[in-house]
Amino acid sequence: MNQRYLIPLTAVFLLFLLAYAGVEGLGLQVVFGVLIPYLAIAAFVIGFVIKVKGWAASAVPFRIPTTCGQQKSLPWIKQNTIDNPSTSTGVFVRMLLEIFAFRSLFRNTKAAFNRNASNKLTYSFEIFLWVGALAFHYAFLVVLLRHFRFFTAPVPEVIQTLEYLDGIIQVGLPGLFISGPVLLLATLFLLSRRIFDAKVSYISQAADYFPLFLIIGIAATGIAMRYFTKVDIIGIKEMTMGLVTFHPHIPEEVGGLFYGHLFLVCILFAYFPISKLMHMGGVFLSPTRNMANNTRAQRHINPWNYDVPIHTYEQYEDHFRDKMIEAGLPVDKKE
Amino acid sequence: MADELTPDEALDKIDYRPRSSSEPRNWLDTTKSVQIRPGMYCYAAKPESVETLGLPYAREWNPTDEDWKLPENWQEILHEGIKERLERFRTFKIFMDICVRCGACADKCHFFLGTGDPKNMPVLRAELLRSIYRNDFTFAGKLLKKIPGGKRLLGSREMSLEALKEMWYYFFQCTECRRCSVFCPYGIDTAEITIIGRELLNLLGLNIDWIATPVSNCYQTGNHLGIQPHAFKDMLEFFVEDIEDITGVDCTPEFQKKGADILFITPSGDVFADPGTYTCQGYLILFKYLKDKYGLDVTWSTYASEGGNFGFFTSHETMKRLNAKMYAEAKRLGVKWILGGECGHMWRVINQYMDTMNGPADFLEVPVNPITGTRFENAASTKMVHICEFTADLIKHGKLELDKSRNANRVLTFHDSCNPARGMGLLEEPRYCIKACADEFYEMPPNTIREQTFCCGSGAGLNAGENIELRMAGALPRANAVKYVHNKFGVNSLATICAIDRAALPTMCEYWVPEVDVIGVHELVGNALILPGEKERTEDLRMEPLPGVEEE
Ligand code: HEM
Ligand code: SF4
Ligand code: SF4
Repeated sequence: MNQRYLIPLTAVFLLFLLAYAGVEGLGLQVVFGVLIPYLAIAAFVIGFVIKVKGWAASAVPFRIPTTCGQQKSLPWIKQNTIDNPSTSTGVFVRMLLEIFAFRSLFRNTKAAFNRNASNKLTYSFEIFLWVGALAFHYAFLVVLLRHFRFFTAPVPEVIQTLEYLDGIIQVGLPGLFISGPVLLLATLFLLSRRIFDAKVSYISQAADYFPLFLIIGIAATGIAMRYFTKVDIIGIKEMTMGLVTFHPHIPEEVGGLFYGHLFLVCILFAYFPISKLMHMGGVFLSPTRNMANNTRAQRHINPWNYDVPIHTYEQYEDHFRDKMIEAGLPVDKKE
Repeated sequence: MADELTPDEALDKIDYRPRSSSEPRNWLDTTKSVQIRPGMYCYAAKPESVETLGLPYAREWNPTDEDWKLPENWQEILHEGIKERLERFRTFKIFMDICVRCGACADKCHFFLGTGDPKNMPVLRAELLRSIYRNDFTFAGKLLKKIPGGKRLLGSREMSLEALKEMWYYFFQCTECRRCSVFCPYGIDTAEITIIGRELLNLLGLNIDWIATPVSNCYQTGNHLGIQPHAFKDMLEFFVEDIEDITGVDCTPEFQKKGADILFITPSGDVFADPGTYTCQGYLILFKYLKDKYGLDVTWSTYASEGGNFGFFTSHETMKRLNAKMYAEAKRLGVKWILGGECGHMWRVINQYMDTMNGPADFLEVPVNPITGTRFENAASTKMVHICEFTADLIKHGKLELDKSRNANRVLTFHDSCNPARGMGLLEEPRYCIKACADEFYEMPPNTIREQTFCCGSGAGLNAGENIELRMAGALPRANAVKYVHNKFGVNSLATICAIDRAALPTMCEYWVPEVDVIGVHELVGNALILPGEKERTEDLRMEPLPGVEEE
């Protein structure tokens, strides 16, 4: 066994227990149900804003998109306007595809080397990471959006429609939302890659396992509450509405499992801005993807461009004048 | 070299499952035993070369020595250097923050594929620096380093001498090819991290000689190889004699001609060594043809006699200092616009940096091909056109008389050089030129060309002799694809549009695919182009009998 995942696994477990015990044993409902959620949201919002502002404050000295297709050049050569955009429309489409379809990840291949007579290196299409990542993110998004039914009254039409669609595939179980199990399974898949794929395991640190365990914990407790233990939905809704309307209210019948779930969510929110999860913000700002490849057509300005010493032609000619004259090369000054 | 690996020995070493049992569990631990191994590293920069440009801490030092003779406060210099670059480069800051370590880039790097060394996975190369960034610059890092074992959780570490050595070793095992960036879901460009990493190392005078000396030469003498003006002229005149022998036509070029239409700049490597020299002869033939037929006036310059820019592999500032000559010379000569020869990183610099660094080039005109009337809108601001764009335009308009049969002995494939492919997107133009000059052309497998092309393994200043094991390992994926088309279609010629390729790929072919030649696109053009008044050619530019001639 490996410390790099045992420590985060234990940490998530202890965090859950902390909230469970805090509520069941010590009656700290106000701490875990009011104080910590507010702090977590504050940490998330402030942290997120600080991070994004920090990125935005850094200069973009050069326009260096990674070009993944034919450039715009001669009129009769067909440009790849999406993978090598020269206009902001092209960039927009490229970014849409990156953000909503993980286009770059879709290119993924798996290399293999066969040490035999032919010694061939082969690259096979590797779609599982893309599928797993997409499933994970969309399931996460749907789950997150569905939770808005706890924070809105009346529940907006869109959220209801989403719930309807999410529940449409009822695998023998009425009332099953497919997003929950998909989230859990996709996260488990990503986790198993981290543990069993030698390359990914090599690069992973505890900080990479932690969010996965956290999300697994959140999904598992969520699923447990919805399908296995009966939680008091009316009470929870009173509480969550109390939080959004700033009239905190602690319901009687809601137990430790819910507070454990909520606490893990709070940890995720607070952890978000100080971790790699900020890729959610960063992907929008990544200069290799969000810029047009048109630097030769339109000058890009570097805000900190400064003058540098150069070796001028005059210095060069002074250095080589005799040799140049002798070789019959033109010179500006004859002696 | 006696201790050089044979291809078979090199292949035996490849294993994509990192972590042998002898290795520590966490890569952070291995810094205690950085092994800078001969064959994999390049010699240290000579102090004279570092001094030419007044770069800091020029000294004699040796990478395999315990003591690197660093300045007293080297950690502080690096810390400040990182801080400054985080403010200057949004790429750097974002790429330090958002990698999720998904591993999509891991097996995309030719150095990982060729060596199996896990630290050659792009993500790990970046992590070497990122681990220090996390420790010194992030909230989580500052918090966790106070807790025993906290650094471990985050994967952060102090800037130790071992960490520095490790960064040096692996930043000079990256050819800044950007292949990893194509596959990263956030576009994280490890080349950019290497570029900035090398810039940081240069703050401590830790360059390699194969970069520092060309930079010094280029600054003073006008080109990387240090060819002085009279010698440069001599060398071209030597080609002129050869061409005259072959074609009967005198292709003498102009030098430093004020008021010429176009200034032509190409890497000096093509003036210096085979097979680049044949590409250079191709240029001379093309310009002669255009002069005689259409009166186009092209000039060369010995001052701006370098298209390449090893400054790019040193620091952004050095890149700018070397690049400045192009515009300066164009302005002095009063040409209309600049034409650039076949080169890889040269074109990344021109396409993505030059105008920003040294522009605006308002003393030049928007490039128009006076022969076809084509206005190069895509170069409206830099005013610099790639010779493949230029030649493709001429061919498309039927302005070149080409005899394909003179290249009939060549069964071709095309190696997309990293920089024109992933830093520009020049994919179709060279293919169009090749197909106009030769009949038999076969693509390598799709995962190994265009934006997914594999590096020659010797780019970004790593084309030295002492790191040959690294170079051959890095060239394996490229060579493997060449071998595939060689076996399948009988490909015998690997066409390319890069001077470094022309220097590096022949070594690669000799090592991995001995039956394949390397050839520049404009060598093909030079062979096929029918010069006005030429005699009947019996030899190609390599002075080998033309196809069909030997039987007579
Ligand atoms: C625009 C938004 C986002 C995009 C485009 C995006 C994209 C990606 C991609 C491509 C990966 C890599 C594949 C993988 O390792 O699974 C990834 C990983 C991950 N994302 Fe996102 N993401 C976004 C938002 C979020 C959000 C809001 C979260 C919140 C929890 C999140 C959590 C994660 C986690 C935990 C991983 C790592 C999975 C692992 O460890 O294997 N992402 N993301
Ligand atoms: S593909 Fe990008 S996000 Fe994934 S490990 Fe590589 S650099 Fe990090
Ligand atoms: S830029 Fe190229 S050489 Fe460098 S890490 Fe990426 S794939 Fe490897």
